[in-house]
Amino acid sequence: MSAGLLAVLIVAGYLSLLLCLGLFSSRFFKGTSADYFLASRGIGSFLLLMSLFGTTMTAFALVGSSGEAFKSGVGVYGKMASWSGIIHSACFFLVGIKLWAFGAKYGYVTQIEFFRNRFASDKLGLVLFPVLVGLVIPYLLIGVISSGTVIQNITTGAFPETFPSEIARFNGSIPHWLGAAVVCLVVLIYVFFGGVRGTAWANAFQTIVFMILGAVTFFMVAEKLGGPAEATRLVMEYNPTKLKRDVTPEDTARHEEKLAAWEADKAASPVKPREPEGIPPLAFFTYMFIPLSVGMFPHLFQHWLTAKSAKSFRLPVVAHPIMIMIVWVPCVMLGVWATSAVVAGKPVIPPDFGNPNAVLAIMVKRLTDPVLGAFLTAGILAAIMSSLDSQFLCVGSIFTNDIVSHYIARDAITDRQRVIVGRVFVVLIVLVTYAIAVKWPKLNVFQMAIWCFSGFAALFPLVFASVYWRRATKAGAYACVLAAAGTWIYLFRESGYGNDREFLFFGMMPVATMIAASSLAMVVVSLMTQPPPTETVDKFFKVAAKLEGAEGANV
Amino acid sequence: MRLVVYGLIVLLALLHQDFWWWGSIDPLLFGFIPVGLWYHALVSLLAAALWFAAIKFCWPAGVDDIEAEVREDHA
Repeated sequence: MSAGLLAVLIVAGYLSLLLCLGLFSSRFFKGTSADYFLASRGIGSFLLLMSLFGTTMTAFALVGSSGEAFKSGVGVYGKMASWSGIIHSACFFLVGIKLWAFGAKYGYVTQIEFFRNRFASDKLGLVLFPVLVGLVIPYLLIGVISSGTVIQNITTGAFPETFPSEIARFNGSIPHWLGAAVVCLVVLIYVFFGGVRGTAWANAFQTIVFMILGAVTFFMVAEKLGGPAEATRLVMEYNPTKLKRDVTPEDTARHEEKLAAWEADKAASPVKPREPEGIPPLAFFTYMFIPLSVGMFPHLFQHWLTAKSAKSFRLPVVAHPIMIMIVWVPCVMLGVWATSAVVAGKPVIPPDFGNPNAVLAIMVKRLTDPVLGAFLTAGILAAIMSSLDSQFLCVGSIFTNDIVSHYIARDAITDRQRVIVGRVFVVLIVLVTYAIAVKWPKLNVFQMAIWCFSGFAALFPLVFASVYWRRATKAGAYACVLAAAGTWIYLFRESGYGNDREFLFFGMMPVATMIAASSLAMVVVSLMTQPPPTETVDKFFKVAAKLEGAEGANV
Repeated sequence: MRLVVYGLIVLLALLHQDFWWWGSIDPLLFGFIPVGLWYHALVSLLAAALWFAAIKFCWPAGVDDIEAEVREDHA
């Protein structure tokens, strides 16, 4: 049996197991929309941790981090992962618990519903809806595209007659469109039947799978490269700039010299020296704004509301930074090692290899046992699917609760109809996302994630003001959303629609400007307009005061 | 205590900008992790420790009351 076919069988077995888990969770479904969308607000600490972590750590964390480390070196951990450890937990603790309290008290299901109430504006949802959904779709694409790429790279030779290809490493592989379709279908089935409980269970299972298999991959690859110290030594020899964050003129001169020597005699050195990429300190610092996106992710809002109690947040707040570290450090090292990895005198990654999304999959395939390689692929798919499921469900929730139920049916649909509409929209969103992913399968995962996260982060001032600033007004909220959307569109265009990977605005990540603009709009317009009605402010800030234990705060 | 905990979190965010090790590879932790990576892994561990302190010293005191009221409302 070929290694590719073995991979197909193992991945198929894993996906079947996941389907069984999802379908089993549907046995606990109570038939109500509150249960379908929020698991009847009964998720405890452990499942909440796994849901939040599994949802935030997507293909971006495994495929994107290793790919970006391959291109720009170890600095990717500091600019994304360690900032996330600090900021994500801050969002869970300072924003998530308050939103959970409002959700539990007033029965919210979606973010838009909360904002409509908080700013006493029925039309605010119509402004937020396209912005939120427009930002979730690229996030979904990250998962769908990556899953197709991973399956294609690991199944070489499985079906040479059915899927022949002129590219040797894709000959007989399951094509990108088919791999992505299978993953979409599996996620769709367990979300369709299990709702948010299905996603929470699947996330817990998948998070455990990808963390264990990630660690095993790391040690297997390191061993194959002669041990971790030897793997790092190879990087020091061929691409030392990947182990630090600056690029000096001496580094550039040395790289040009080595490259010229390699091009003159390719047999002399197995590794082509890769372009050095530094990280400017200001850009590194302004990456801190990107993780603020978790404060505005609609799917995380939904997971927060599933918590059984505020105490359920304790474990995620503390454990999240450690879990990020456990996943990211090995992935970053694997990406850096890939730049210079040599086995039996040949480079593991071809010299002119241009698809960083596939670096991890190739390292796994070439440097591990085929059986373990297939299991590890299942682990990568686990990470991808544990985000996709929540996002699909969340978009379905928004369509159902905010558009169909609130604006079209004027809250006149039955609970059962709500569940049916939710399921129909989940199917539609999966189809739309899949169609886009098949049309543009080579979109850069890391760049897409950065722009998507930046958009959500630009909206962070909206949620922060909604829970901490009494004076925030309806007009301020509109101005904040429009300023975030306007600056995002302007800067995205300036970056050549994301094609300029190095794009900075005044030396900073574009997200810094977006947040500055949306914050300013919120503050200035709120102060220029009439204060919000006392009853609206009291409705939320008495709960907030009570939460902090303030005396005399009657809810 | 609340201010101390939040102050330490801000300090950690400032220490995250380790410009003094921007061009360094050494010291290598365990002989293979460059300083630009292990230092930030340490930041992740310190973040967990500080958020644990936040849970202990800055936990919203009235959360039990809210939960009780929500249960009453739903009953």
